[in-house]
Amino acid sequence: MASAPSNTTPSAGAPGAVHQPDTARDLVKILVAGPFGVGKTTLIDSVSEIRPLHTEEHLSEASAEVDDLAGVREKSTTTVAIDFGRISLPGDVVLYLFGTPGQERFRALWDDIAYGALGALVLVDSRRLDASFDVLGLVEESGLPYAVALNTFPDAPRHHGAERLRQALDLEPGTPMVTCDARDPDSSIDALLALVDHLIGRDPVEAR
Amino acid sequence: MTRRPAGRPLVPAYLSTGGVARPSRPHLERLSVLARSEEPLPGGLPAAELALLDTLEGGSLAVVEAAALLRLPVSAVRVLAADLVDRDLVLARAPIPPAARFDPDLLKRVADGLRALKHHP
Repeated sequence: MASAPSNTTPSAGAPGAVHQPDTARDLVKILVAGPFGVGKTTLIDSVSEIRPLHTEEHLSEASAEVDDLAGVREKSTTTVAIDFGRISLPGDVVLYLFGTPGQERFRALWDDIAYGALGALVLVDSRRLDASFDVLGLVEESGLPYAVALNTFPDAPRHHGAERLRQALDLEPGTPMVTCDARDPDSSIDALLALVDHLIGRDPVEAR
Repeated sequence: MTRRPAGRPLVPAYLSTGGVARPSRPHLERLSVLARSEEPLPGGLPAAELALLDTLEGGSLAVVEAAALLRLPVSAVRVLAADLVDRDLVLARAPIPPAARFDPDLLKRVADGLRALKHHP
C-alpha cells in the first residue's frame, strides 16, 4: 500500500490513503505517552506510514463508565487532540501508536485509549524530568507495562548518569530505559523495540 | 503540535447521532475494524451514517480512523457504527482475538516486523 501523500489533508473524500491494507489481520496498539512538547507526535510521525491523524476528544466524555456524549452538549467541555499513526508490519500485524498526554486530568480519557494496549513507551525530556511524573503515575496505575525513552534534545544536559536518571524517575530495576531521537525513524523503532522486547521477556503470569 | 484541517466539522458531534448518546453495542473499541457489508442501502439513513458508509467505500477502517476522517469524536462514531452494525450495513470485528494481547507469538511478530522496518539494522 502506498503511503499517504504528505501534501494533502486527509478527508472523507480522499479514499485509499488511510484504509486498511487488505492483509491486515491483527491490530495492536502501543501508547506513546508523555507531557506536552516531549516529542510524541514527532516520534509517531517518524515511523507512521500514514500522515498522523488525530481525533478530537472531549475530556468529559470518557469519564462515564460507558462512552457517551453527555459532555458534548456542554459548551464548557474541553477538547484535546489525540494523534495517532499506523505501521503495517510484515506478518499481517498493524501497529497503531497513540500519542497520549499524561496529565492527571486526562485520566478518564487515558483509560479509554489504553484499553487493550500492549504497553506504553513513555517519552521523557531529561531537561524536565518532573513533567513526566504524572504520566509515569498514570501508566503504573493502569497496569500497562512500559519502557522509558529519553528523547534527546540538542541542549539536553549530557552529565546525567543513567542510574541517577532512573533514580530521579523512580523506575523499577526491570523497566527498560533507552535514549532516542524521536525525529529519526530507526531510533524511534529501537525505542519501540525496547518496549516490545521487554513485553516478550515478561513472565506471562505477570500479564493480566 | 498538530496541524488541523481548516474549518469546522461538517456535522456537529451532538447532531451527528440524532441525539443518541450511547452506542447500542458496548464493545466497539478504538481499533475495532469496520467494513461495508454487501447489504444494499435503504433510503432515509441519517447524513452522518451515510458519511460513515462513504468513508468505508475505499476499504476497511478502524473506528478511530473513521473518526479522524469524519472529524467526529470517537464516541460519536461508536454510536453511528453500532447502529449500522445493527442494520447489517456494516461489519465490525475486534482488533485482535480476545486474550491474544499477551500472546508471545503476536508480540514476536510485532518485534520481528519492527526490526524488518529499520533502514540500518
